[in-house]
Amino acid sequence: MSVTEMFSYIQGFLSADQDIREDIRKVVQVLEQTAREILTVLQSVHQPTGFKDIPSKCLKARELFCTVRNHTGELKTKFPVEQYYRYHEHWRFVLQRLAFLAAFVVYLESESLVTREEVAKILAIEVDREKGFHLDVEDYLAGVLILASELSRLAVNSVTAGDYGRPLRISNFINELDSGFRLLNLKNDPLRKRYDGLKYDVKKIEEVVYDLSIRGLAKEQETGGDK
Amino acid sequence: MSKREDEGCGRKRRTEVGPKSDDCMNPDSAVIAAFKVFQQELDTKHDKYERLVKISRDVTIESKRTIFLLHRVTSVPDVEEILNEADVKLDSVRQKIGQIAEELRGEDLHQFHRAFTPGIQEYVEAVSFHHFIRHRTLVSLEEINARLVFMRENKGVGEVTCPGPCVLTFQITPTDYLLGVADLTGELMRMCISSVGNGDMDTPFQLGGFLREIHDGFSYIGNTGPYEVSKKLHTLRQSLGKVEDACYTLRVRGSEIPKHMLADVFSSRAAHLDPDDAMV
Repeated sequence: MSVTEMFSYIQGFLSADQDIREDIRKVVQVLEQTAREILTVLQSVHQPTGFKDIPSKCLKARELFCTVRNHTGELKTKFPVEQYYRYHEHWRFVLQRLAFLAAFVVYLESESLVTREEVAKILAIEVDREKGFHLDVEDYLAGVLILASELSRLAVNSVTAGDYGRPLRISNFINELDSGFRLLNLKNDPLRKRYDGLKYDVKKIEEVVYDLSIRGLAKEQETGGDK
Repeated sequence: MSKREDEGCGRKRRTEVGPKSDDCMNPDSAVIAAFKVFQQELDTKHDKYERLVKISRDVTIESKRTIFLLHRVTSVPDVEEILNEADVKLDSVRQKIGQIAEELRGEDLHQFHRAFTPGIQEYVEAVSFHHFIRHRTLVSLEEINARLVFMRENKGVGEVTCPGPCVLTFQITPTDYLLGVADLTGELMRMCISSVGNGDMDTPFQLGGFLREIHDGFSYIGNTGPYEVSKKLHTLRQSLGKVEDACYTLRVRGSEIPKHMLADVFSSRAAHLDPDDAMV
């Protein structure tokens, strides 16, 4: 094979690769758009008025996830399935956002941590690499960490809206997350960087709980809730 | 946020939250159980990555040594002997790449690509240099890949794999190949200068032609390639310039200078080239 032939062969490979990337980028753009829409719907829970109709907001978000499922289905067809990690960078960001949004919806509904399987189900993708387009564990964890900072915000805003019970529940939840993340041996990678931010979320929620406690607001609410 | 909170953070003690977070330390909560699974998964992945980095470093070192060995061909009467010795070295490198292939069995190659790409590029460089010295042509990607097929006895993987010896292959990606070839040009430039120093009048011209072909190939790919390729293109141009200069000098002055003095002319020229080298 001559040098010229060799290089034109490689050139062919490179342009095929670029075509695939172009296709992926298009789908990812649409996915990002939908993710933003879901975020807008869910953001309204921070408004004092939004606290009352959380279930309806979740329902609306769930509907939008149907669109997401269509798009992920489309994304799967754009590249050979065994080359997931070759193009991973293209959808990594949006997948983390979607994992966060799914986790947020599930938290608002049931105040529990979404499992990786559930997220995969909501996005209509797989958990195991062997089975096709899947949710990488690091992306799932990154999504959970985004949830943590969103919840620390929610704790502050729920106090403003007069809901004194929620910060305590959020505090429990985040503490559990924190001890979960402590179990992981993270390398010096983006996930680790994000994890380093978790302690500030924990701190912020602890402060909110403290503020409520010294004013006796937390107790009032708790006993009120128990009765 | 508010001033009130800032004060709170100064005086805050964990006891405030302590009793409330009783259940979060509960070792058999669902969340903790899930994270234990994640811990395992991440650790397995990181371990594999580290092992691959280690092998890749070995591959790099051995390949570099092979290249050094191959540079000796310009000053040694028996070229074949060195080529054979290099072949033996390359075989041991291939064994190491076999280990990489083993680690990657059933994995996505691209997930761990970053761990071993430096080693693979160095290997491409060594193998293509070897091939060039022997055949004076560019080794093709298929030829390289064809030599990276390994037979492995099924030993204790414990999973359901094919019975008997199975075939493991390692596929070098076109990008790694391209980057390896870009590095090769640097070696060719060195070889050119040193062969001139030894009074070899043919090799520089052969190398010049070959380098030009490669350069044309890279210009053909141009910006469509990955970012690293365009970065190497600059270095490639410099190497080509040096070789072309050397050929030029040989042509212009070769007829004037007695053969036995050529070495002197070029050793001074090489010294003059060196500062450039340091910049690259």
